[in-house]
Amino acid sequence: MLAKRIIPCLDVKDGRVVKGVHFKNLRDAGDPVELARMYDEQGADEIVYLDISASPDGRKTMVEIVEKTADQVFIPLTVGGGISTVEDIRRILKSGADKIGINTAAVKNPKIISEGAKKFGSQCIVSAIDAKRVYSESEDKITIDTPEGKCWFEVYVYGGRKETGIDAIWWAKEVERLGAGEILLTSMDADGTKVGFDIPLNKTISEETNIPIIASGGAGNLDHIVEALTDGKADAALAASIFHYKEYTVLDIKKYLKKKGVEVRI
Amino acid sequence: MKPEIAIIDYGVGNLRSVYRGLEAGGAKPIVTDDMKVVKRSDGIVLPGVGAFGDAMKRLEGFRDVIIESAGQKPIFGICLGMQLYFTRSEEDGVHVGLDIMKGNVVSLPKSVKIPQMGWNSIEIKKESIFMQGINSGDYFYFVHSFYAKPEEDITVATSDYGIEFPAIVEKDLLFATQFHPEKSGKVGLKMLENFVKISNDNSK
Repeated sequence: MLAKRIIPCLDVKDGRVVKGVHFKNLRDAGDPVELARMYDEQGADEIVYLDISASPDGRKTMVEIVEKTADQVFIPLTVGGGISTVEDIRRILKSGADKIGINTAAVKNPKIISEGAKKFGSQCIVSAIDAKRVYSESEDKITIDTPEGKCWFEVYVYGGRKETGIDAIWWAKEVERLGAGEILLTSMDADGTKVGFDIPLNKTISEETNIPIIASGGAGNLDHIVEALTDGKADAALAASIFHYKEYTVLDIKKYLKKKGVEVRI
Repeated sequence: MKPEIAIIDYGVGNLRSVYRGLEAGGAKPIVTDDMKVVKRSDGIVLPGVGAFGDAMKRLEGFRDVIIESAGQKPIFGICLGMQLYFTRSEEDGVHVGLDIMKGNVVSLPKSVKIPQMGWNSIEIKKESIFMQGINSGDYFYFVHSFYAKPEEDITVATSDYGIEFPAIVEKDLLFATQFHPEKSGKVGLKMLENFVKISNDNSK
């Protein structure tokens, strides 16, 4: 049976892993390659690097890090952040990444998904969607009943700083149609809060599409991850701080999931 | 002397991991689009991601050397590389394959999410030197929307995703996996090492 995946995410700035809440108060958290190796040893199913460098130099450094990682870590590697052209995709894949994540660029120019999928295959195009709840009913939006009230989900871009007015559920179906092979779904409401994943969001998008969903944002304890992968119907769970602050290792999480009857690779 | 393994470069993207994996397994890997290098190699790796029809087109120049080499030296088809071994594929129309294994490549059932993306366990059906150190229940990394339906008794291990499908096939010196050994951690590296050993023994 296909196992549910546990994916540590590393925010990388100018060649170093940083940690902070909502990209603020950043602190150095180490060397990305060393951390990727450590997570691989712990049983991580994939690694995600999110490049938050703002400079061209930082982007160049990212390519070197991807090369070094691919030389030492033999599990899939996804790189996101700052990818805005098909040429960017080519460069990152060529340096040894298996998939690339696109968010803002795809909202601005959806063709990058279809062109990327056509050139390199759907399997390497991950559509990253940042979604935030809007508690109002609107005729042209897909409204969901949640324990907190009726809401629709709005797509945000530029690292969660700018709203778009786009319905996230509609957008998820659209990126699937365009050729994305997977969706990395981050709840803006839950991200950084450690109160658990947005289950209605994950469940709805998982049911409305037929490609794998990676749940992201809100992991605070082991039961949150179980929920995302069962009630939330996600195929994988991504987390950052829960690993960085060494609250749990990947193995801790997987042992717990297994105990709860979730199929994992141990 | 380390066995020379030619990784056929027909423009299918990231070959870095398979290169490093073969190197770790004791080979001298060469990424090449040079027919002479492929001909003199001790073993061949046929990688592949992307669409079947497009890959066959790009592989056209290597078609004869692969068919000639089959049976003489070990060849390892990875993912799409495995599917290319077969008679034909139904991916996006009907496309003719290398036909060095008999059978068709068909779509995964609609009852499951497509592509299958992630780690799935295998069940070994047949003993093989290719499988040393590999056990039923081991997990490997799969990314695919299609799978091969062999018409010969060549399935070494199967996996389940909406349907039971061949994860590993073997016929004489032709080996192939539907998963990516170079992305499957320790067990994947072990399979690459096994292939290097088979190539080394065959070249003596």
